[in-house]
Amino acid sequence: MYAFELVRPATLDEAVTALGTEEAQALGGGQTLIPTLKQRLAAPAKLVCLGGLAELKGVCIDDDGAVCVGGATPHAVVAAEAAAHYPALAALAGNIGDPAVRNRGTIGGSLANNDPSACYPAAALGSGATIRTVNRDIAADDFFQGMFTTALEDGEIITEVRFPVPERAAYQKFEQPASRFALVGVFVAKYADGVRVAVTGASEGGVFRWAEAEAALSADFSAAAIAGLSLEADMMIGDLHGSPEYRAHLVKVLTGRAVTAAG
Amino acid sequence: MTRVTMTVNGKAVSGEVEGRTLLSQFLREGLGLTGTHIGCDTSQCGACVVHVNGQDVKSCTTFALECEGAEIRTIEGMANPDGSLSTIQQAFQDHHGLQCGFCTPGMVMTASALLAKSPTPSEAEIRHYLEGNICRCTGYHNIVKAILAASGQDVSHLGHGDAVAAE
Repeated sequence: MYAFELVRPATLDEAVTALGTEEAQALGGGQTLIPTLKQRLAAPAKLVCLGGLAELKGVCIDDDGAVCVGGATPHAVVAAEAAAHYPALAALAGNIGDPAVRNRGTIGGSLANNDPSACYPAAALGSGATIRTVNRDIAADDFFQGMFTTALEDGEIITEVRFPVPERAAYQKFEQPASRFALVGVFVAKYADGVRVAVTGASEGGVFRWAEAEAALSADFSAAAIAGLSLEADMMIGDLHGSPEYRAHLVKVLTGRAVTAAG
Repeated sequence: MTRVTMTVNGKAVSGEVEGRTLLSQFLREGLGLTGTHIGCDTSQCGACVVHVNGQDVKSCTTFALECEGAEIRTIEGMANPDGSLSTIQQAFQDHHGLQCGFCTPGMVMTASALLAKSPTPSEAEIRHYLEGNICRCTGYHNIVKAILAASGQDVSHLGHGDAVAAE
């Protein structure tokens, strides 16, 4: 790691001020950023630690029944505290990485990084979540802008993620066996006004919605409804773990499994 | 350099660290607590697991400064006050839950965190919880057995250390 200054603001205002300086970067749980720093793939002059900000932590239910997760809430807390309100979200959080990673890694960190194989982007996009920052609310549909790219501006902190709770939902992840990252992950959520299908791990463009499957499942919420569909392999990731065609196939298989699991 | 203060195994400690000083580095090089092992240094292997405020974390992927004011427990703090082995440590010895021993500190710390949350876990639950701890001797079977035994469950049906091939 290159040397940097690590600051621990006591309030959100102090964090915003600290992030306003040149080459400053937010530090969530560090479970992606610290390995990245060790590889010298990032070289911030200053890291602003968000882990001490109690106001960014915890899970609550708002007046509309949506599950609201503080930006610095670790995965293990979401797995425990969202279980009664949004089981599919809790199950997804409880299967990210391993237990020690889940005790540190945060939802805000995961969404801000937008790794193309991360689980949380699928939950946020699949739920039509709202990403709340210090400045504004961003719809998940506008937030994810491609691999490792989001609508966040420099220094913009995710304070909360608001998930409308669907009637039924499930996430299915096909794990790359060494890293446990999603080779492909599909989040399916059925709302009163239609079904959302969000896919992670598969595309060069990062997390995306599979519109044809959403239309078919909105008409008939069963795995059979997508039997006739297929996905183009053009934009899919191809690497030593799987070809684009393999990933395109997995998307359909996992979508079917997610629909069945959602019941 | 910045001064960091924390409680490690019940003792107040402090030291001068850089922003980039990892908790694992502070424990090993700053405090001489070399029981916390560095296996991969990329948060894959779990040899460096310690407890921070009761939570199992990978100390190679946590900055020392993030632990200002925290209560840390390492493998050096696991034995009973009279110096005898704790229940989990004793179970690892009784059931041959270690071969080379390199992964053992992390295994014991992870097992202890699991048992604090789930006092009588199933075998499947134990295996799932050890997902982030790698044993390069592939001695998982006896590690799982030791944890089952430490939780007071009967392990007599699991046989002796002949099950490595079953992994």
